[in-house]
Amino acid sequence: MTDASGPIVTADGIPLKRKLARALFRSRARAFGLAFPLIAFIIAAFIIPLISLLWQGVHDPRYATYMPRSAAAVANWDTVSPITEKMAAAMVADLVEARKSRMIGRVATRVNRELPGSRSLFTSSARVAKKMKPPYLEALVKKSKKWGQLATWRAVKISAKVYTPAYLANAVDLKYNADGSFSLQDTKHRINLKLLGRTLQISLIVTLACLLLGYPVAYMLSTLPTRTSNLLLILVLLPFWTSLLVRTTAWIAMLQSQGVINDLFVLFGVTTDAERFSMIYNKTGVLIAMTHILLPFMILPLYSVMKTIPPSYVRAAKSMGAHPSTAFWRVYFPQSVPGIGAGALLVFILAIGYYITPALVGGQDGQMISNIIDFHMRKSLNWNLAAALGLVLLVVVMFFFWIYDRVVGIDNMKLG
Amino acid sequence: MNAVSKEDGFVVFDHVQKSYDGEVLVVKDLNLYIGKGEFLTMLGPSGSGKTTCLMMLAGFETATHGDILLGGKPINNIPPHKRGIGMVFQNYALFPHMTVGENLSFPLEVRKMDKSEREEKVRRALDMVEMGDFINRRPAQLSGGQQQRIALARSLVFEPDLVLMDEPLGALDKQLREHMQFEIKHLHERLGVTVVYVTHDQSEALTMSDRVAVFDDGVIQQLASPEDLYERPENAFVAQFIGENNRLVGTVKEVRDDTAVVVLPSGAETTAKAVNCGKAGDATTLSIRPERVTLGKSAGENATDAEVLELIYLGDHIRCRMRVHGDEEFIVKVPNSAGIHELQVGSKTKVGWATEDCRALDRA
Repeated sequence: MTDASGPIVTADGIPLKRKLARALFRSRARAFGLAFPLIAFIIAAFIIPLISLLWQGVHDPRYATYMPRSAAAVANWDTVSPITEKMAAAMVADLVEARKSRMIGRVATRVNRELPGSRSLFTSSARVAKKMKPPYLEALVKKSKKWGQLATWRAVKISAKVYTPAYLANAVDLKYNADGSFSLQDTKHRINLKLLGRTLQISLIVTLACLLLGYPVAYMLSTLPTRTSNLLLILVLLPFWTSLLVRTTAWIAMLQSQGVINDLFVLFGVTTDAERFSMIYNKTGVLIAMTHILLPFMILPLYSVMKTIPPSYVRAAKSMGAHPSTAFWRVYFPQSVPGIGAGALLVFILAIGYYITPALVGGQDGQMISNIIDFHMRKSLNWNLAAALGLVLLVVVMFFFWIYDRVVGIDNMKLG
Repeated sequence: MNAVSKEDGFVVFDHVQKSYDGEVLVVKDLNLYIGKGEFLTMLGPSGSGKTTCLMMLAGFETATHGDILLGGKPINNIPPHKRGIGMVFQNYALFPHMTVGENLSFPLEVRKMDKSEREEKVRRALDMVEMGDFINRRPAQLSGGQQQRIALARSLVFEPDLVLMDEPLGALDKQLREHMQFEIKHLHERLGVTVVYVTHDQSEALTMSDRVAVFDDGVIQQLASPEDLYERPENAFVAQFIGENNRLVGTVKEVRDDTAVVVLPSGAETTAKAVNCGKAGDATTLSIRPERVTLGKSAGENATDAEVLELIYLGDHIRCRMRVHGDEEFIVKVPNSAGIHELQVGSKTKVGWATEDCRALDRA
């Protein structure tokens, strides 16, 4: 304080800032040390696998690795001019090599994704490639007419790319062409965008339903005395302690056409025995089951926010002459928005990636984007496309997160 | 202020009872008449029923039995937002998502007042509490005292005839609290609004009020001006609750006119003013204010032996704890003047008090 011109120093002459930084470093190092095991675990078990898996959505080196000569030969081909003998020679040499190293199957699978039917073309040609004599183009076409078609070589050109937008394009129902352009996928293959749209729609409806059902419950819980509200909170949490599988299958028992609810409807004459409602194995079933399962994620943040709103605010508003509904909308509701934001974001993000429930009760029109990802992971074994779909999903979630931040503000969120 | 009758009471509690659980009455047969323009304080320990009374008046609690009248009309069935009563809450209850200006404008908006009129009134109310420069701040950006002023301005901005205050100064530090007491008092004098004020702080009640209703156990123990309350407490609870008090327990020997002769457990006799002590043979509590006790040679009337047990130096005076008639908590306030050094812990002296200053009350 005595000398305003120079930096402030401590009693032993060390600048205060350096001394402070030294003191802070120790506490920071301690904090980091405590968090380190978890950070290491998350990096090893979550971030690295996630990135390496998503990486496959844009990175596929199979063809270029096992068929390097033909990959180089088609790289400069303009996709319209006739197939050259040089390309054919490179292809035959690669086929011989790939068969020897037993990698032809992988290569064939890769090309088959760009042009269905190419798998057998590659494997059968590879079997006889060793005996082929120049001119190689003629020899290949003799083996199969497909070698003379431009489409085959275009598929090869696409497959040869190590970094490819083909899977991402596929994930949003586009087709990546050999000349670098994009075109719409054939109508019968256009399914991903439809599923993504349905996923968003289901997630939004579930979020809204959770909000409408959860808000009054959270409000009631926050106004009750602690003893009662704790008891009721246990009831809200009860589903958490039950297996997800059990809860979902319980809904099957409830909602199926010979189930409890339909029986009651028939009993009370809401419908006839012949015209029972189909409430399961469709979108309705998914909506009902998911709303039930995700409801606690809405109630808990709402409750924790509402608990902090003193009743005196609404009382003050009323004492100033505000009708109870005005007092609610102008005074109580704005203060509960951080809870709504947190709950809605939580439910929406959980819903958008929901898998088990739609898989069990979704039927045909209740499938969501995660179900198609699962299909590509386990059935079609097209991990690259699965990764690309996951990437699209991640981008969509980030987009909604961004919107939320712009509209509500992420620092306004309160999880408890 | 003279007593207010039921007929000209602006606020009337008429045989009001309140129970929350159907077993215990937290307010027992309350009859209270508050005059227009009066500053009335409900004072009492926590759980005495004072806040419940305020909440019934505001409409946030319903009376289990009896009528509450405002301006001659029963308001039991009128919801709070139609009562037109201003209220200041314990923690101010300023809406955190609105600016100071919006907070003040709120009661005017719900009254469908047009914009220019609203702005005019908000500005005037803010000037009244000297907070005109803070109109665009948020409550969180204000200090406790500033929030308090805004809450006050907000309760007055729609010009209610009655303002309720529920321990509004409880969260402030001592200095600010004393300052705000005067400000509220002056505002009340200037505006002529009726104020019902709830507090558990007796000095606050004595400073500000026209009349104080001392609550205990759901009953008004005494309703009187601050002076009467301190000088002439009517029962042992009030004597003990308001100000500092020495209590001596004894038995009435006889009552002559308004003087009682009381036998103390030590066997000694003393005379006291008979206020609320019953007849001969009844137990009684004697109440003597520490500043009314005379010490040493000047102790004439009712003089008795005393031993100094403890001395606490307080600057302008010295608190002297003594053993008097066997009571070891007997406090005497000794002005800090020449000759004070004669008092030593363990020294023996005489104390006495005027019969007039010793009030014989009920058995506590």
